[in-house]
Amino acid sequence: MVLIQVIVGGLLLGAVYALFSSGLTLIWGMMNFINFAHGEFVMLGMYVALLVVVWLGGGPAAFGLAAAIALFALGVAVYALLIRHVVRGPMLAQILSSFGLALLLRYTAFWIFSANFVSLPQTSLAGTVAVGGIYLPVAQVVAGLVAVTLTIALHLLLTRSTLGSRLLAVAEDRTAAMLMGIRPDRMQALTWGLSAGAAGIAGALLATAYPWSPSVGETFGLLAFVTVALGGFGSVLGSLYAGLIIGLIEAISAYWLGAIYKDIVVYGLFVALLWLRPQGLMGKA
Amino acid sequence: MKKLLAQPASGQRVSVWLLAAALVLYPLVFSDAFYRDVGVTFLLAAISASAWNIVGGYAGQVSVGHSMFFGLGAYTPLLFYTLWGWPPLAGIPVGILLSVGLAVVIGLPTFRLSGHYFSMATIAVAELIRIFVGTWALVGGAIGLQGPAMARGWWDLTFRGDLPYYYIFLAVLALVLAVTFALERRRFGYYLRAIKSSERAARSLGVPVRRVKLQALALSAAFTSAAGSLYGVKTGFIDPDSGFGILVSVQMVIFAALGGAGTLFGPLLGALILVPLQTASNTWFGGGGSGLTFVLYGGIIVLIARFEPGGLFDLWRRLAPHLRRRAHAA
Repeated sequence: MVLIQVIVGGLLLGAVYALFSSGLTLIWGMMNFINFAHGEFVMLGMYVALLVVVWLGGGPAAFGLAAAIALFALGVAVYALLIRHVVRGPMLAQILSSFGLALLLRYTAFWIFSANFVSLPQTSLAGTVAVGGIYLPVAQVVAGLVAVTLTIALHLLLTRSTLGSRLLAVAEDRTAAMLMGIRPDRMQALTWGLSAGAAGIAGALLATAYPWSPSVGETFGLLAFVTVALGGFGSVLGSLYAGLIIGLIEAISAYWLGAIYKDIVVYGLFVALLWLRPQGLMGKA
Repeated sequence: MKKLLAQPASGQRVSVWLLAAALVLYPLVFSDAFYRDVGVTFLLAAISASAWNIVGGYAGQVSVGHSMFFGLGAYTPLLFYTLWGWPPLAGIPVGILLSVGLAVVIGLPTFRLSGHYFSMATIAVAELIRIFVGTWALVGGAIGLQGPAMARGWWDLTFRGDLPYYYIFLAVLALVLAVTFALERRRFGYYLRAIKSSERAARSLGVPVRRVKLQALALSAAFTSAAGSLYGVKTGFIDPDSGFGILVSVQMVIFAALGGAGTLFGPLLGALILVPLQTASNTWFGGGGSGLTFVLYGGIIVLIARFEPGGLFDLWRRLAPHLRRRAHAA
């Protein structure tokens, strides 16, 4: 019974991993660019949620939406001011730009919020639910379900809508897309907005269930790398499966080996993947 | 014509000799312990950034996890001393061998793929090792390891005062730069630059791309490991964060990138600017200043990436003709 509870808990958390990882994979797939600051976007989403609750007394819907909007705006700004200018430049500039941004955001957060762990005050998501004999915190269940829904929505947006086709067209051939009347810069700014927005909501969802400090950005950033490597670069559906698998692996290894070892298992999996199947489960080489 | 071409080279030669003289004389002129310590920190930063530069700058394979080699180099001598009482000097080559082995293990799978994979793999492996070392009691766990408190002989590399360290570090820096300089002018150096500007073009011209990248990484790892060993024996203490922490990697990248990644003296210039700055900000703001230092680092890295990816040397190369012309006109 405990094991089932561990498994369900792991899958619910994995769904949130899937949501923020889908943001990372989106940037990679559309622009061939790795965003080292993605974990910091998640971290900022958490603090936005905190500020909305503490200052404005907003409920879960309010702080989730606020985190999404704030991070969407940040993503667009980062694209317009920084990424747009480096993305066709040398490799060094590409990697340094997002790596430097990660440091800047992480240590600014340390400076403003200090290194202490914080958590959201009691929200309406407090309490536990009992399903078939297992007990789960309401916040965790809501976070998991919302995350799965949003990840699937993002997948559908990319594959079934005109907007998705436009985004893909720019990724496929910038010049050809421009000749078809699509504005590449606008589409890529939107991609960055969606990516950071997904990270922001995921952060707000995580904030309802777990305490955090500015250093979580690094952890989530690396987790997103592992998830994307497992799911395949550029595949939102792939990162959904991969996120669930990684949540599961983490929960089970924490249960059997102890909480410290779960990171070792997950990063070890990443290294093994690089050797055995570097294109991921669903990706193209 | 020949004379004209030789002139800037001889000018460069003079400045290199001046630089060397300044570095040799520095601790004698500034004999205060504080200034000598800054000097030693600068040399260590210059060694590790120059080592990173071989693969990150010249070959354009941007590692953001070079702390894994630095940490291996720092841990191995102290570990062998703690376990069996080996002199640290004997542990240093073992650390270098381990680092080269690790470089091959990472390079073999990732160098088949695009450069982004390599960057991601380096950061993940460095983090994996840092967490692993922190949980492993044999290597000191989260507390870390200590070196010899009292020297049993010179081979323990445990000296009182900074002066012996200063000159050892200076010799190693000279070695790294000499090796880089020699590579620059050989076929290997041309291969590296060809790979950096276009891997596909280099391959089509018959450059053994994967082998060259792997060799560059192995060489870079060996020197980074040596830098880590020097840090370990100098400090006499190492823990997971000071050996394998992400900030160790960050410093190598930023020193090299600020000065000019892929130039011989770029990393040295970057360290020359940032080490005093870091020391000053730590002195002015105390312990709280270190957080601010990294805000500043992040900002600098972003600005370099956005405006001057070639670093200061590249900026100088573009500005120098204008300035010279203006000086002539005046």
